[in-house]
Amino acid sequence: MSDTVGIAPSVRAVPRAGWHVGTVTAAIRETPNATRLEIEVDGWPGNAPGQHLDVRLTAPDGYTATRSYSIASSGDASRVVLAVDKLPDGEVSPFLVDEVRAGDLLEVHGPLGAFFVWRPGGDPRPVQLIAGGSGVVPLYAIAGARAQAGDETPFRLLYSVRTPGDVYFARELEALAGTSAPLRLDLVYTRRAPDGWPTPPRRITRELLEASVVPAAEHPLVYVCGSTGFVERIADWLVEFGHDPRSIRTERYGGT
Amino acid sequence: MEHVDGNALAGPLAEFFSFDVTMAVAKCEGCGSIAELARAMVYASDAGTVVRCGSCGQVLMTLVESEDRAWIRFTGMGAIEVARTSAAG
Amino acid sequence: MSFITRGFSGRSRERDERLPPGQTLVHDFPVLSAGPTPDIDTADWEFTIRTESGSQSWNWDEFMALEIDEVSTDIHCVTHWSKLGTSWRGVSIDTLFEHVETGYDYVMAHSYGGYTTNVPLDELRGGKAWVAFEFDGEPLEPEHGGPARLLVPHLYFWKSAKWVRGLEMMPTDEPGFWEQNGYHLHGDPWKEERYW
Repeated sequence: MSDTVGIAPSVRAVPRAGWHVGTVTAAIRETPNATRLEIEVDGWPGNAPGQHLDVRLTAPDGYTATRSYSIASSGDASRVVLAVDKLPDGEVSPFLVDEVRAGDLLEVHGPLGAFFVWRPGGDPRPVQLIAGGSGVVPLYAIAGARAQAGDETPFRLLYSVRTPGDVYFARELEALAGTSAPLRLDLVYTRRAPDGWPTPPRRITRELLEASVVPAAEHPLVYVCGSTGFVERIADWLVEFGHDPRSIRTERYGGT
Repeated sequence: MEHVDGNALAGPLAEFFSFDVTMAVAKCEGCGSIAELARAMVYASDAGTVVRCGSCGQVLMTLVESEDRAWIRFTGMGAIEVARTSAAG
Repeated sequence: MSFITRGFSGRSRERDERLPPGQTLVHDFPVLSAGPTPDIDTADWEFTIRTESGSQSWNWDEFMALEIDEVSTDIHCVTHWSKLGTSWRGVSIDTLFEHVETGYDYVMAHSYGGYTTNVPLDELRGGKAWVAFEFDGEPLEPEHGGPARLLVPHLYFWKSAKWVRGLEMMPTDEPGFWEQNGYHLHGDPWKEERYW
């Protein structure tokens, strides 16, 4: 499977998107600023690791607002897991984070996008995942799918997060880092580090990035997800380090 | 205004195309670069969606949606390459 | 669509009788754009009107030396928001055309960054349109079109081209960027001329 022309298998493997009504089965506080939503979607065809869906909210007067969210789960199940970060001026995310509760119905469209996807048992190249904040969601789906399949492809996740309390899927990631073919997890705290952490809070610099990722010489597949600025900076540096731009897949999330 | 990746086109375009347009490979008629539309830059607002080449920024495609209609224009790209779902393998 | 999301109302959609049909009132200033925000220093800025017989250009200092109008007006975006009583400073298109002869009736506005929009000349003259460089007493922010944007408040706001760099006279009405891609050739908010 090459990166350009031989994409047919991945297109075929992705279920057809459609609109569905899902029932929220759990709304759990994930971090002080984010909620994990578990949604049972009648008719959901399953989804590949890294895909997203669109959520459409409809007001009584017919006004609608639609936003995209990465899916934290994958596989054939009709239950999808989201983890939604509350944007301060958002119109949709504050509703999903603070208002939605178990039993609510949500309209979802998906599964969407076959590009920002990784599947176990496919490409043998090592994988470097790089997340900024809530950008970890699709990367967690990818790392989780690998573990579930018992795939032993070398995996590394570099995760930039503000404070220890802001880590999404903290227990699950810890568990993935402790398996027999472990996910190597590198956390970078930007505002406050845990007690006893070897380094003070810092942002990912060019040097730190170069030291924390699978080297270009090993030809890794790289998945980067985060804010537009974060992704831009990281992707530019990776190319400077000699990573093949075609091996870097990015998912920027907008600010609304 | 911040842009997102072409990945974001998957939802809006799924209504109009039976294949995942973000996996289609397009050649920019401005700079000649060839890439999946998922790698393009997307400027999305309520006014419409403008897809620009990830290499040179030329407009590749626009999508305007009203409540009952949509306008899709392949402005700056040549033929797009689409993987066939009926192919063997 | 019969589905309603429990508890969702969205941003407030305030109606006001001064608004054209289908519009709601906003108090912030939403930013809509078709591409990256150009970064244009006034030292490099130039405004040009091209006609069938030649062109007339102003640099920033020359432009600032022209007669400047204070404009208070309502603005209406095709995406259903309107703002009432916005205040601007700019040079009237009438002032600019004192220096220009043309027999053509149609205008294509061109912007830094490549944006275009078409407007009949009659819709720009007679105190109806300006090249504005101040909003609310401050230099126009780049995200709102600074250093200067076209201001044609009686048409939908996509006609008020941000980062405007010039006007090109045309013998016929040709569609600009959004007008080629689904938006109405004319764009009168009172007639709801939103799309083709």
